[in-house]
Amino acid sequence: MAQSGRSAWIITVVLLPCALAAPFVLYPVFLMEALCFALFACAFNLLIGYVGLLSFGHAAFFGCAAYITAHTVKVWGLPPEFGILAGVGVAALLGAVFGWLGIRRQGIYFAMITLALAQMVYFVALQVPFTGGEDGIQAVPRGRLLGVFGLDNTLTMYYFVLAVFLIGFGVIVRTINSPFGQVIKAIRENEPRATSLGYHADHYKLVVFILSAGLSGLAGSLKSLVFQLASLTDVEWTMSGWVVLMTLVGGLGTVFGPVVGAFFLVAMQHYLAQLGSWVTVVQGIIFVFCVLLFRRGIVGLIASYAEPRREVPAGEKPPELAGAAARET
Amino acid sequence: MRLATLFCFGVAAAVATSASAEISGDVVKLGVLNDMSSLYADLSGAGSVEAARMAIADFGGSVNGKKIELISADHQNKPDVGSAIATQWFDNDGVDAIVDVPTSSVALAVQQIARTKGKLFLISGAAASDLTGKACSPTSVHWTYDTVALANGTGGAVVKAGGDTWFFITADYAFGHALERDTARVVEANGGKVLGKVRAPLNTADFSSFLLQAQGSKAKIIGLANAGGDTINSIKQAGEFGIVEGGQKLAGLLVFITDIHSLGLQAAHGLQLTEAFYWDQNDATRAWSKRFFDKIGREPSMVQAGVYGAVTHYLNAIKATNSDDGLTVVKQMKATPINDFMTKNGKIREDGTLVRDMYLFEVKAPAESKGPWDYYKQIAVIPGEDAFKLPGANECPLVKG
Amino acid sequence: MFDWIHLSIPPAPALFAQLLVGLINGAFYALLSLGLAVIFGLLNIINFAHGAQYMLGAFCAWFLLNALGLGYWPALVLAPLIVGVVGIAIERLLLRHIYRLDPLYGLLLTFGLALIIEGIFRQQYGSSGQPYAIPPELRGARNLGFMFLPNYRAWVILTSLAMCLATWFTIERTRLGAYLRAATENPVLVQAFGINVPRMITLTYGAGVALAALAGVMAAPIYQVSPLMGSNIIIVVFAVVVIGGMGSISGAIVSGFTLGLVEGLTKVFYPEASNTVIFVIMALVLLVKPAGFFGQVR
Repeated sequence: MAQSGRSAWIITVVLLPCALAAPFVLYPVFLMEALCFALFACAFNLLIGYVGLLSFGHAAFFGCAAYITAHTVKVWGLPPEFGILAGVGVAALLGAVFGWLGIRRQGIYFAMITLALAQMVYFVALQVPFTGGEDGIQAVPRGRLLGVFGLDNTLTMYYFVLAVFLIGFGVIVRTINSPFGQVIKAIRENEPRATSLGYHADHYKLVVFILSAGLSGLAGSLKSLVFQLASLTDVEWTMSGWVVLMTLVGGLGTVFGPVVGAFFLVAMQHYLAQLGSWVTVVQGIIFVFCVLLFRRGIVGLIASYAEPRREVPAGEKPPELAGAAARET
Repeated sequence: MRLATLFCFGVAAAVATSASAEISGDVVKLGVLNDMSSLYADLSGAGSVEAARMAIADFGGSVNGKKIELISADHQNKPDVGSAIATQWFDNDGVDAIVDVPTSSVALAVQQIARTKGKLFLISGAAASDLTGKACSPTSVHWTYDTVALANGTGGAVVKAGGDTWFFITADYAFGHALERDTARVVEANGGKVLGKVRAPLNTADFSSFLLQAQGSKAKIIGLANAGGDTINSIKQAGEFGIVEGGQKLAGLLVFITDIHSLGLQAAHGLQLTEAFYWDQNDATRAWSKRFFDKIGREPSMVQAGVYGAVTHYLNAIKATNSDDGLTVVKQMKATPINDFMTKNGKIREDGTLVRDMYLFEVKAPAESKGPWDYYKQIAVIPGEDAFKLPGANECPLVKG
Repeated sequence: MFDWIHLSIPPAPALFAQLLVGLINGAFYALLSLGLAVIFGLLNIINFAHGAQYMLGAFCAWFLLNALGLGYWPALVLAPLIVGVVGIAIERLLLRHIYRLDPLYGLLLTFGLALIIEGIFRQQYGSSGQPYAIPPELRGARNLGFMFLPNYRAWVILTSLAMCLATWFTIERTRLGAYLRAATENPVLVQAFGINVPRMITLTYGAGVALAALAGVMAAPIYQVSPLMGSNIIIVVFAVVVIGGMGSISGAIVSGFTLGLVEGLTKVFYPEASNTVIFVIMALVLLVKPAGFFGQVR
């Protein structure tokens, strides 16, 4: 466990110069979009990879935070860091509500509850005047970070987004590799045993849920500043499906899987944009392919080839879906 | 594990490089941004791209020695996607003007970006009057139609013909509300009364409940303040419930010939609507439409015809001023009247609206039609000044007083 | 602020009319969710492609009319058969491999399938939809006193009821149904008795898909035949099945009709929320009794 934590840090350090130099090679707005979705996918993966709950309503946290940040920054004129804090706070609160309502359920029932709650959030977003309906909140000013760094400069904005992403990612890695993370893994492996040892499983799951929701909110807040727009697309159920796909493609339950999946899919969307409806078809094919042949995702699959004799660590397979992998290997 | 992950990132980066920037040269570049795959693909979509291509070809392919280039993309009716494409086009791909953009929420987002960057925005597809009202921009031209014209056209003409009590079935989103509001104002200004309204969620499949409420209100006219699939479904189901047989009339506030084609004359006959263009109006429209039909296989909608006109006028303005700076070109466009196959003596107002004549059409009965696309009979011409007359003061900050 | 809610109650005849319309929609939901309930109840697969298969049924009917001149009545039989065969192919080629996995993988796989099918049709036919007329025998309306009921809508409600009862009867009361239910609980034992379990599963999936396609054919004359028609309705149908109880046929039928009624009433009193009220009910049901009204937690 400690080893995977260390290797995560090592990889990050190695990739950091690439990340710093990237905006000079690739289109910065595309990179920022990929980073936002990577953070969103990582936050989602926290829930499915380490607790084993598939949520079909994460768009609610993402979109809510986007709206809150957009509103506080545009209408109340607060600086961006406060806007982001407000967004994350509201998302975490919403996560507490969803989690408290849903955490006792498992599997498909949990997925359906989160979907239903997210649809209600969508309805509210549609009706409430401050969200601007289908126009969304447009022309969101990026402001000055800490009063010093003007975020209208694309490069500055990119580094800010990168920094926030690294912080969020660091929180996730730290959580997984902490004593708290150990308890979560114990609960996932054998919940009755963990409960018999005195751990309140539901409380731990709820905390992870809130953390996942808050970090999804962080991604949403960032996104609204990057695009200077918060709209209904952010709270639609298709956005929830999108994050599931990203995580699935990258590798459920792996540390870097969601990041890779996010970059891959955002790039695909850009690259194939002129193909119109074929993009939907390609996404569908990827879903089918991943489920049939590719359940470990890109990272999982390559990891298993790269080190075939090494025992796959417990952190790399989601529990509900792990029984299958065990049976097939 | 480390090697694996690095490899993954390499693959992802390689795929991602395709999204990197390309630098443009000394060209005039136009971007047609519209819906290529969803609800409005038929009335704009690839047809608008073809119309722009025809305009460029008819112009000669180059202006003042500079080559003219054309690119296009699908905004999927989402403001996020639209604004992302617009930003990339203006910043990275050297696009000088964006054309078309149906779906008002996307148009508003794109207009904002175009205004900040001082680039041109030629609106053909979108309808919201806010584009030349509250949110107006000095680098935009609203070419084909807007909700004020539709309201004055359908609303005004129908009331004057005797339809003085109205009931609205409105799609529950900002655009639907705006359409209902504009039309209700015109109805009341012309002495009519709004007996009631009901707001249906967007993408409702079944309108029976709302149609029953409309029937119950006994209003002479049922105004459909919705668009796309909602309009088609409500018209189709109105036929089932015998609304027209019962003596009430339907007024489609935003209907295109592509919707009628989708519905069929059996379902749609008798519907009254306002459009800026119909392919079978006169010899000039027929000639141009035949060229379009030969390429696309469908008759053009007013949006697609408008794209042709807008691009031609834009290129002429560049030729005259020898500049592609947004403000300069727009000023020239506003100073020059427009006369082409679609527009007679059109003039662009200070707020960016092209004031043109609109036409009130009625959908033919199946027996009256000679074949596919022969759907309309023209009932009235609404002169530009009347069609685009604003109900109150102009809210555009560009217009003083 | 409260003008959203129509606080005035409409007169009784109008209310009856709205309730009847709601019931008709409910019949439609019941028919549509029937296939989904059969597939989940007996095969433990969450068939997210149900909406796309419904769309295929409608397009099949349109195609039969436009390419082969076959009208509504032949289409009612042919379209479900054709789409059912497609369903069997899907089951054989794709679904077979994931039975031993968590049902959530089935959800993801069928979600991907739905995207593929819809994407292809959108590319081919655009999104505005194709016209399909009500068959001449069913045109017109009947005066019931409190409203004019279109004949076609009456036909829909009668057929849906008939199909629901027939399906329920087949599954709960016939020997074939008994074999199916037994095979779900203990496939190995049932196979040992000489019954070809994999073939039964394949046929069951095909039957569920055929039911979706039948709903599609019935929808074609009243809703536009468009590639988007499936995705617009799929999550509502899911909600219906969840509320009724994910394994239960009778649950799906009862909750379909009930939710149609509830939606109908919402359209009178708070129309903007009519799309969302089903999700509110779904959330409440999941919180209080996750197995749904009639179901059992698996």
